[in-house]
Amino acid sequence: MKIGVFICHCGENIGRTVDCPRVSKAAEWFPGVVHSVDYKYMCSDPGQNMIKDAIREKGLDAIVVGSCSPHMHEKTFRKAALDAGINPFLCEMANLREHVSWVHDDIEEATQKAIDLTRMAVEKVKRNQPLATIKVPVTKRTLVIGGGIAGIQAALDVANAGYEVVLVEKEPSIGGHMSQLSETFPTLDCSQCILTPRMVEVYQHPKIKLMTYSEVEKVEGFIGNFHVTIRQKARHIDASKCTGCGLCITKCPIRKKAFNSFEEGMAYRPAVYVPFPQAVPNIPVIDETVCTYYKNGKCGVCVKVCGREAIMFDQQDKLVTEEIGAIIMATGYKLYDISKKPDDSFIKGYGEYGYGKYKDVIDGLQFERIASASGPTSGEFKRPSDGKEPKKVVFIQCVGSRDDSKGFSYCSKICCMYTAKHAMLYKHKVHDGEAYVFYMDIRSGGKMYEEFVRRAIEEDGVKYVRGRVSKVYEQNGKYIVKGEDTIAGMPVEIEADMVVLATAMIAQENASTLAQTVGIPYDKYGFFNEAHPKLRPIESTTGGIFLAGACQSPKDIPESVAMASAAAAKTMVLFGSDMLEREPVVARVNELLCGGCFYCRKVCPYSAIEVREIKDRNGVVIKEVAYVNDGLCQGCGTCTATCPSKSVELMGFTNEQIFAQIAAL
Amino acid sequence: MENNLKAGYFPGCSQTGTAREYDLSLRSVAEKLGTELTDVDDWNCCGATSAHVTNHTLANALAMRNIVQAEKQGLTEMVAPCAACYNRLIVSQHETQIHPELKKEIEAILDSKIENPVQVMNIVELFTKIGADKVKQAVVKDLKELNAACYYGCLLLRPSDITHFDDAEQPTSMEELIKLTGAKPVEWNFKVECCGAAHSIARKDIVVDLSKKILDDAVAHGANVMVVACPMCHTNLDMRQKAIKKEYPEHKEIPVLYLTELIGLALGMDEKELGINLHTVKFELKKETA
Repeated sequence: MKIGVFICHCGENIGRTVDCPRVSKAAEWFPGVVHSVDYKYMCSDPGQNMIKDAIREKGLDAIVVGSCSPHMHEKTFRKAALDAGINPFLCEMANLREHVSWVHDDIEEATQKAIDLTRMAVEKVKRNQPLATIKVPVTKRTLVIGGGIAGIQAALDVANAGYEVVLVEKEPSIGGHMSQLSETFPTLDCSQCILTPRMVEVYQHPKIKLMTYSEVEKVEGFIGNFHVTIRQKARHIDASKCTGCGLCITKCPIRKKAFNSFEEGMAYRPAVYVPFPQAVPNIPVIDETVCTYYKNGKCGVCVKVCGREAIMFDQQDKLVTEEIGAIIMATGYKLYDISKKPDDSFIKGYGEYGYGKYKDVIDGLQFERIASASGPTSGEFKRPSDGKEPKKVVFIQCVGSRDDSKGFSYCSKICCMYTAKHAMLYKHKVHDGEAYVFYMDIRSGGKMYEEFVRRAIEEDGVKYVRGRVSKVYEQNGKYIVKGEDTIAGMPVEIEADMVVLATAMIAQENASTLAQTVGIPYDKYGFFNEAHPKLRPIESTTGGIFLAGACQSPKDIPESVAMASAAAAKTMVLFGSDMLEREPVVARVNELLCGGCFYCRKVCPYSAIEVREIKDRNGVVIKEVAYVNDGLCQGCGTCTATCPSKSVELMGFTNEQIFAQIAAL
Repeated sequence: MENNLKAGYFPGCSQTGTAREYDLSLRSVAEKLGTELTDVDDWNCCGATSAHVTNHTLANALAMRNIVQAEKQGLTEMVAPCAACYNRLIVSQHETQIHPELKKEIEAILDSKIENPVQVMNIVELFTKIGADKVKQAVVKDLKELNAACYYGCLLLRPSDITHFDDAEQPTSMEELIKLTGAKPVEWNFKVECCGAAHSIARKDIVVDLSKKILDDAVAHGANVMVVACPMCHTNLDMRQKAIKKEYPEHKEIPVLYLTELIGLALGMDEKELGINLHTVKFELKKETA
C-alpha cells in the first residue's frame, strides 16, 4: 500500500508551535509512506492540487492530512481524494491544530506529539476499507418549537415555500413576548399591530398545523427522519365546538385567584381564560389549579352558559406523534426574576433592590404592560402600588447582565434600546415627568438605533446618568435610588416614584431539559449552541436541527426574524433533495460470530438494531442474529463496546484500526 | 447538661477595652447556655485596619498566628465576636488556602505549618451552633417590649464569597435569633449601610452623618433599640450619639445593644451583669409591675 502524508502549516496556526517540515520528514520513514510533504495552506486550491497530483503521479492508495480538526476540512480533503480517483474514506486526518498547536506552547513537545498523531493516522489508514455513502429518504415536514415572533416567521417562510409545518407552542396562544410589548424600537410602531396579522396568517395557513398548549415530549430518529411525540395538554374545552364567544370567561365566578401571566402578574384572570384578546387560537383554557369544579365538583357555570357544549372537564392530555424532517428551535427567552432570592443558582441576586419588597420596582416587561393600551392600566402611567401617576421614574440598566460577581457575564443586548424606548414612552405621556436612566455604556449598534437613543436624550429630555445603583429603598412613600454618577464623580440620590429594572434576558426555564430531549448542546446559561459562532450560526451541531431567535442568545425582534428566515432557508436546503447522503460510519454485524444475545439491542440509543433470522436451505431458522438498520444507526459505537463476542464493528473505526493506532503510539 | 458546645474564643483588642461589655456579656451568656469557651493562648492582634492597609503579608501573618495558636490547642471551632476579627481571620484562612506561595511565606514567618482545621465563627454563627432550641429553652424573660433594628454593618457579611454567611444585602439571621427572645425585629432599610468605621477617629464628622442616618431610619421604622454584632459599629452608633446630639440637637436617642446583651437579658441577667450600664445611651428594661 502506498500512502501519502501532507502536513499543513495553517499559516502560522500550526507552524508557530509545530515544526512542520520536521513532521513531514519524520513521516517519510513510516512504513508504507512513499510521499510526504508540508505546505502553508493545504486546504487552498494549490494545496489540494498538490494532493491530487501526488495521488496520480505516485499512484497513492491512501492519504493522511495533518492539519486542522476533521470538523473543518475532512470534506475538502476527501473530495480531493475522490477527484484524484481514490475512495474518499481512504483519507484520514491528524488533528495538528486543535489537538496540538492551539493547546501546547513547547515547540519540541508539540512537534513530537504531531509526529505521533501522524504516525497513528498512517497506521489507521492502512486498515481503512473503501466505503460508500448511505442514502436515506427525507420527510419534508418541519417542526417549529415555539410560537413567538421567531417561530411564527420560520413557520410562515417554510409553509409559504410549500412544505408542511407543525408549530408547537406551550402557552394557550402563539405570539410570545412580542405580543406583550407596547411599542417597538426604533420606530415606535405598535407591537401587536404588526404581530397579530402574522399570527392570523399562521392560523389560517393550509400548510401549518398549529398545536398550542402543547409541548414536545420526545424526539427520536435523525436528520430527515425524526419521530416526534408531542403532548397536547388538556384545555378542558372541545376546540372543535368552541366558537371563542368568551361567555364562559365573563361568567366564571373565580375572578381573583390566579395572576394573569400575560400581564406579568399585575392583574388577575378567571379560571377559564384566553391569555389576551387577540389570542390565536381564540379558544380558552380551564386552569385546573383554581377552578372550583376540580376542587369539589360544584360550580359548572361555564357549562351552563356555553351554548355549544364545549366544556370538557374530563378531557385528558393527548400524545400525538409526528413524522418530521427538520426541526427549528424557537423557544425564546425569559427575564431574570429579581423579585425573589435566587435558589441554588450561581447567580447571587440583587437584595439591594429589595427582592420584590417594593411594588413599584418593576421589570421591563411589566413596564411594557403598563405602557400598553391593552394593559392593566389601559396604557395610562399608573404605578402598581397606589395607581398614582409617577412623576419621577428611574430606569436601571444591566440588572443581572454584564455582572460577573452577582449576575450573568453576558450583555443582554436589547436593554439599552428598550430602556430608551421606555423612557421615551413615559415622557410622551407624562409631560411633566422626569425620567432618569442609570447605564454602564449605551450599546446601540443597529440601523437607526443610536439615533433613537439620542432622540430620547436630546428631544425627550431623558436624563442619562453613567453609573451603577447601589441601593433602592423606600422612605416616606418615595423610592430612594442611591447610585453613582461616574462622570461627575459624585454619589447621587434620586427620590423616585417608580423604578424600572432592565433585568437580564435568560434562557427559558426548561431550556436545558428540552435541549436534552431534542439532542442539541447548550451553554452554561441554557442558551442553545450554534455549530459555529461565525459560519454556522443557524445550525445546531445536530443535523437537521436549526436555531432561531433568543433561544440561542439575547436578540431583538429584527435579529430574531432574520434568524428565523435563515433557519427556514436551511430546512429548504435540506428538502431540496429527495434522498439524503449520510456518512457510512455505521455498525456492522459479523453474522458468523454473532451469538444472538442482543445486548446490543438493549443498549442502542437509536433503536437501530433489528433481529434477522438465518435459515438453512429448507427455510428452517437455524439462528437469530443482530442486524443494523443503516438509516437509524448514528455510529455511536455503544454496541461495539457492549458485544461480548466482538462481532459488531463500527465501519471506519474498527477494533483493528483503533488498536493499530494505539500500537503506533 | 449533655451535648454542650466547646469552642475556642478569640477576644481581640476591643473585647478588652472599648467593648468590655461585649466580652462580659458573651462570657456570661455562654456560661448560662452551657457553652465552654477556651481562650486562645497568647493571642495577638488580628491584623485589622492598621496592618491590612499597611502590609498584606503582615496582616495575614498576624491573623494566621492566632489560627495556628488555636490549632496547637487542638481547637476545631473558634468564635471571634468582633466582626473585624472574624473577617480578618477567615479572609486570611482563605488567602492562604488559595495562594500556596503566601502560605509558604507565612509558614516560614510563623515557623509553623498551617493546616487550617479551625473553623472561625462569628457571633451569630456561635448561637446557631449552640442551637435555637437550646437558646429558646433558656429564655426566662420575654423581651416583647423591644422593637429591635438588627444592624449587620459590613464585615460580618462581606465578602460573601468568603464568609458564606447570610445574604449580604438582605440579611435575616440576627432577626431569626432575636425572635427567640420575644423581641420583635423591625423591617428597615439600613441593615448593611456603612457606619463610617475607623473614620470615627480621624473624621468624626463623617461618622456623625452616617451613623445618624442609620439611627434615624431605625427609629422611623419603629425601633426602640438597636442590636449590633460588632464593637466598631457599637462605638459609632452608641458612643457617637453624643456628638450627633451636639451637631443635631433634635436627635432622638436610641440605645444600642450587643446581640449577646439582648440574649443575656432574655436569659434573666440584669443590665449590670451584662455591662449595659457602660453604654453611652442608657438602657433599662421596664421594671415588672407586681
